[in-house]
Amino acid sequence: LAQARRPLGPYDTSEAVTPYAQATTYNNFYEFGLGKDDPARLAGSLKTRPWTVLIDGEVRKPLRVDIDTLESWFPLEDRIYRMRCVEGWSMVMPWLGFPLAALLRRVEPNSKAKYVKFTALEDPKQFPGQRSSVLAWPYVEGLRLDEALHPLTFMAVGLQGRVLPNQNGAPLRLVVPWKYGFKSIKSVVRITLTREQPQTTWALAAPDEYGFYANVNPAVPHPRWSQATERRIGELRRRPTLPFNGYADQVAHLYSGMDLRRFF
Amino acid sequence: MKDFPVLSRQGRSEGGTEQARAAPRPAPRRASRPLPWLGPGIVVGGLLPVGGLLLDAVTGALGANPVQRALLQTGQLALALLILSLACTPLRLLTGWTWPARVRKALGLLAFVYAALHFLIYLFDHAFTPGVVLEDVLKRPFVTVGFAALVLLVPLALTSTRDAVRRMGFARWQRLHQLVYVAVGLGVLHYWWGVKKDHTAPLIAALVVAALFAVRLLRQRRARARS
Repeated sequence: LAQARRPLGPYDTSEAVTPYAQATTYNNFYEFGLGKDDPARLAGSLKTRPWTVLIDGEVRKPLRVDIDTLESWFPLEDRIYRMRCVEGWSMVMPWLGFPLAALLRRVEPNSKAKYVKFTALEDPKQFPGQRSSVLAWPYVEGLRLDEALHPLTFMAVGLQGRVLPNQNGAPLRLVVPWKYGFKSIKSVVRITLTREQPQTTWALAAPDEYGFYANVNPAVPHPRWSQATERRIGELRRRPTLPFNGYADQVAHLYSGMDLRRFF
Repeated sequence: MKDFPVLSRQGRSEGGTEQARAAPRPAPRRASRPLPWLGPGIVVGGLLPVGGLLLDAVTGALGANPVQRALLQTGQLALALLILSLACTPLRLLTGWTWPARVRKALGLLAFVYAALHFLIYLFDHAFTPGVVLEDVLKRPFVTVGFAALVLLVPLALTSTRDAVRRMGFARWQRLHQLVYVAVGLGVLHYWWGVKKDHTAPLIAALVVAALFAVRLLRQRRARARS
């Protein structure tokens, strides 16, 4: 669909896009519940307007901004990215949004900023899943500053040319295509530049299974399953998983000299 | 179906019931009637989910990740049926009903059928690649315990015939079939390790299994104390 509309950009994959119906009904979004179909079923309770995002921490120009204003600051771009879940399935998602780097440049990180911490909304009234303590709420994710500034790192506000559905992380979500999906935090309300590596939700919940980096890596198995292959949603047979989810040429240099088995 | 002591005991008690009917003595209160529909009912009912799965697969009702869904459903059915088969004896002990013993073998065999289906789907999912499967079984405890549970069920399924009990002798047959306790434990562990975060369902399975074991142990101890 998106391919017919416009030529592919430098960051786009030409692979077949996952049908909208599947991309919006098979989701991990524990704020709504643990089942894959819970988010689509329950996402109506999330109110995405008005929505304010706070950007603070080690920046020269901290700010609090309304989501519509935030969107108006940047020309919205299409990005067709592969998305690989740590559970062993994957999709091809045509996101609409802007590079995180553009937003970070606007707030001017200072020299002490080394990491970016993202915080999702915490409100059990809107997120029924937060009434149970399966995870430590609010959901927190983080990136190293150089990862956050990488041109692939994206803030999505739309999907397949439409406003981002609630179950996919409306109104604003992170997309880091070379990392497992859980890094791409949904429904972000706060972005904080920090000196220290943030404590992230899944790394806290199961430190032996989910690391801070969470780069897609077929050579490092999850303790309970292999990560060597994946099932592309819509396909019956598994396909091989690629290092950095196929983005190695663009991002492998970020990790030169690092033992990726240790920093998984 | 009268192939192990619970069944033959039940058979005797049924005989007793018939005698009791003939004689003026009152029948034992709880001994179940023959219930001829029970066996076929269990088998047909137990196999219905296979039809459901096939229908869902054809109509696309298995969702975005049908292989995963089929894996989960067959695994859950295998464990549920295995637990049901283990519930027969405690149920008989607690209620005095005899019909649970009559469906125990069918439930156990159905559990084996679903466990085998579960494994087949897993093999299909990994394109029947021996290297991948071997690595999973050897290196990932989650897979190891599930595989071990299935392997333990094989000899039980093979010796589920009346003939096998006769050939083996009841004591040896019974000792062999105590492997089912290990299999159900491994099955619960496999389920526990298979979920990412929400352990509610595996916890319920574990509690039910623990309760069933507790009934057996308490009854055994009481019987020993009495003798």
